[in-house]
This record gives sequence, C-alpha cells and structure tokens, in this order.
Amino acid sequence: MEVSPMSLQQQVLTIAIVIAVTVFTRAIAFWLFPEGKKTPPFITYLGKALPPAVFGMLVIYCLKDCSLSSRTHALPELLSIALITAVHVWKRNMFVSIASGTICYIFLIHFVF
Amino acid sequence: MKKKALKAAFPYTIPILTGFLFLGISYGIYMRALGFSPLYPIFMSMLIFAGSMEFVTASMLLSGFNPLGAALLTLMVNARHIFYGITMVSKYKNVGRKKWYLIFGMCDESFSINCSVSVPEGVDKGWFYFWVTVLNQSYWVLGSTCGALLGTLIKVDSGGLEFVMTALFVVIFLDNWLKEKKHVSSVTGLLISLVCLLIFGPDKFLLPSMAVIFFVLAIIGPCLKKEVA
Repeated sequence: MEVSPMSLQQQVLTIAIVIAVTVFTRAIAFWLFPEGKKTPPFITYLGKALPPAVFGMLVIYCLKDCSLSSRTHALPELLSIALITAVHVWKRNMFVSIASGTICYIFLIHFVF
Repeated sequence: MKKKALKAAFPYTIPILTGFLFLGISYGIYMRALGFSPLYPIFMSMLIFAGSMEFVTASMLLSGFNPLGAALLTLMVNARHIFYGITMVSKYKNVGRKKWYLIFGMCDESFSINCSVSVPEGVDKGWFYFWVTVLNQSYWVLGSTCGALLGTLIKVDSGGLEFVMTALFVVIFLDNWLKEKKHVSSVTGLLISLVCLLIFGPDKFLLPSMAVIFFVLAIIGPCLKKEVA
C-alpha cells in the first residue's frame, strides 16, 4: 500500500530519528546532571513552561488542514472540540472525552455534512 | 526476588492497563485508518514508546521527508522527558544493566509511578521499577497490536477515525489548562501556532511556531519573572 509520499528508506530514517531523539530526551539528564550536580534553573524552568504550549501547538497541528471556507466550514471539527471540552470539564475522564469527541466527529461527517 | 517485585509492581500498573489498552487500540486503528500496514503501529509502539509522538510521527510520515523537522518536533514534544530524567537520576542508580531499559521506557506513566511510589520494604527497587516499565510497555504494545488487527478486520478507512489524534491532544491541552495556575504557556502555544499557520500555511508553519514559542517562553518569560504555567 502506498500511503506515504516517502520511500521506505526515508520512512525508516524518520522513525529512527524520532526514536533517537526520544531516547535522547529521556537519557540526557543521566549524562549531564548526575547526582550531586545542580540542575541549571533555566532547564527546570523550561520543563515547566514548555509542555502546555507544546500541546497547544499540537492541537493547531491537528487542525492545520481545516479551512473555514471549505464545504463544511470546519464545523465537524469545531463542534466535536466543543463537545470534548464540555464533556471533559464535566467528567474529567480522558477516555470518555476522547471517545465521545471521535464518535461525534464520525457521526457529523457521515450523516450531517 | 524478581517474582516478588513483579507482585508488588503489578497493582500500581492496573490503572495504566485500562488507559493504555484504550489509547493503544485507538492508535492501532488510527494507523490502519490512515492506510499503514499493521507492522507500523506494532513496531512504532515497541520502539518509540511515546504515545503522543507516535501519533505525530504517523502524520509526519504522510508529509514530505524532513529529517530536521522530525528531530526538532520530537525534541519539543518530548522535552518534558528531560525533567523526568532529572527527577529519576537518584532513583535509577545502582540498578545494574536494567538502567538502560528504565531510561528507554521512561514514558509519562512509568515515570509518575516510579517517581511517586515508595517501593515496599523487602522488595528490590531496581526490579520493581523494571516491572512497572515492562508492564506499562506491554499494555501499550498489546493495545496497539489489537487495534492494528481490529482495524484490519473491520473497515476503518471510511473516514473520521483519524480525529482520535485531535481529540487526544485537545484533552491533554484541557487537562493542563484545568490544572495550571496561569495560562500564559497554553495561550502562547495556541496563539503563536495559529498565527504561524495563517502566515506560513499548513506545510511550513511548524518550525516557525516552535522557534517563536521557544523564544517567547525561554527568553521573554524569565525576564517577566512571572509564572507561565
């Protein structure tokens, strides 16, 4: 099946890069800041400051191909996200929120839009 | 010694079992819905073992080859693991060769268990940490394998299931939002990416977004001397 515009070698290399960088982020503290060595405050600060922003960025990344001027005006996406927000604030249960949002989206694109 | 540690570790991983099976199955089905062979989710969940990043990697594989972009995006998405490492340096010492696997398998969930649980008296710490990590990873691999096979049995390419990735990140974003004291970081990430998307378009906005987010949070943030998250 031809799903990726990349060659198999390029796909393997991309996955290998993801693996290597993931291991790097998990291992670097063990090399750079072994016990007894003080962690620079800037690093500690980044650890707290970056993650919320990164997930904000990933939300936009997921929606990058949506367009308000398209046939559906991105309404299935926006309505499903509104539902996820409501359900999550109400139940605070990750699985209920993800499942209801995805089912809502599938329903909307198949039966409404 | 190994068996005793396994018995002590298992109960702590039960909440992760349900969560990882659910998300793993979603991931496997998602990969099939995008048209990948079942081997992709199975090997990616074994070798990357970072849930968010596995979803993102799938969509990177569907765009053009961009090794630098892949490296930088992985670094941003997994930056939080650097701090897990800092916390675990003292706990993961003197555990022998298991340390290599403990570092490889340090996902959010294994970190939070191993960081917060005090290992019961008489149980070998190294083996306890090891089993927590092994069990969590096997739930994840089992989930995505089931999802990949399930996605083969039922027809999933009729559209819509790929929204599970959006749902996942919206939920993580909301979860952070509900927990944090200040929303500077969340808002910064959302707005800057949106503006970059409008300026650079869907294929090129990620690198500028990462650069500007980093600049704003790392350079401007500390100067304000205020909390951002």
